[in-house]
Amino acid sequence: MSTTVVNTGTEGKTWGGGNKPLNASYGKMMMWFFIVSDALTFSGFLAAYGFSRFKFIDSWPIADEVFTHVPFLHGQELPMIYVAFMTFILIMSSVTMVLAVDAGHHLNKAKVTLYMFLTIIGGLIFVGSQAWEWATFIKGDFGAVQTKGGNILQFVDNEGHRVALRDFVTADAHADRTQHQRKSGLWFVSEGTLPTYTIDEVVHGLESHENVLVRTQTLTEEGEKTVLSRQESLKQIKENGKLVVEGANLQVNEYGSPLFADFFFFITGFHGFHVFSGVVINIIIFFNVILGTYERRKSYEMVEKVGLYWHFVDLVWVFVFTFFYLV
Amino acid sequence: MAHAHKLEIFRGLVKFKSNTQKIWGVLIFLTIVTAIEVVLGIYKPEGLLAKFLGMKILNWIFIILTIVKAYYITWDFMHMRDETKALRRMVVWTAIFLILYLIFILLQEGGYVFDVYKDGFVKRDF
Repeated sequence: MSTTVVNTGTEGKTWGGGNKPLNASYGKMMMWFFIVSDALTFSGFLAAYGFSRFKFIDSWPIADEVFTHVPFLHGQELPMIYVAFMTFILIMSSVTMVLAVDAGHHLNKAKVTLYMFLTIIGGLIFVGSQAWEWATFIKGDFGAVQTKGGNILQFVDNEGHRVALRDFVTADAHADRTQHQRKSGLWFVSEGTLPTYTIDEVVHGLESHENVLVRTQTLTEEGEKTVLSRQESLKQIKENGKLVVEGANLQVNEYGSPLFADFFFFITGFHGFHVFSGVVINIIIFFNVILGTYERRKSYEMVEKVGLYWHFVDLVWVFVFTFFYLV
Repeated sequence: MAHAHKLEIFRGLVKFKSNTQKIWGVLIFLTIVTAIEVVLGIYKPEGLLAKFLGMKILNWIFIILTIVKAYYITWDFMHMRDETKALRRMVVWTAIFLILYLIFILLQEGGYVFDVYKDGFVKRDF
């Protein structure tokens, strides 16, 4: 601050540049304008998600059925509990951030340090949770079959509960083939990880388990997925089944439309990247606080600016939570 | 002083003694709203699945609650309440106008593509 010219001799002269209509410092105003442009980027992504969803409005995956896992609680169906926890963590770290800003206004170095530290911890928990969520999503749970037309066929029992491939399909040990890698043939030819089962094994498993039915992507009037009759199930799998899908990547996913996974990776990934950079910036500011940089400056405005960014990340998550998990 | 805070929320219905107290108050409010969203999302009450203006009432509730949350995060955590009217309008209305515009165009187009697929690649037969 001491190096900048504070007094320009134009105070109060409206047309001489001495008037501050916004009553905000340059840095804070620019942070606001950055936030506006970043908000538009995120809206672009979410609106594109909306576009794809409206395009496939009668066959979009149901988010409650996709995100049902909670760490350390295997095999339990707890839709959205973990995402709600993540939301709460982020809101909580927003609160510690705003408390740090408040302590900064009172030039209370000890409190700013503590609250900044808690904010960083909250951010790390959130990023960690997101990594876990990604891993679970990529790994998949039940497995499915993709048809020639690119649709996903899932499996349910008579009561409509999901059935995993591993529960009714047995891999034929003799028919096992190894993944083709570059080193074992032409150097420019390779393939991805092979699914655990082949399509023939799935057909065989379906034939020998009377109570397993096929569920298509199409939504009924009540907003549930269509379950086919036993006869139709066999017909669908035999005639159209092409590929066994386990988990999700950018090309296929066992939950339904591949676009769902693409947007999931893209939007939550971009948000996660924001959280990560927020944590990094927070750490830098945290060390500046400890070193007493702002104490000497007699102004904790840097904390305020990074705080704005951090709250914005929270704000975006509130929207991602609604449009990806709730609606 | 530059750091004076407005300590009322809900249009003056709730007043806080200090800024710290207001922060905790807003946290409680946001937590309650999130809890309502999660409970509605898990149980999906039958009565709220009817359609209103082309979308389920439940989804409208989610969107409105989200905007309410966004308002309190921006106004109280980001201190928009304490900024000048000009800055506030510059940031908020610009974003809202452009976002609504974008959403309208993309959702309209998405619905159109859906209809084209559904009705055998003919949208309107003149």
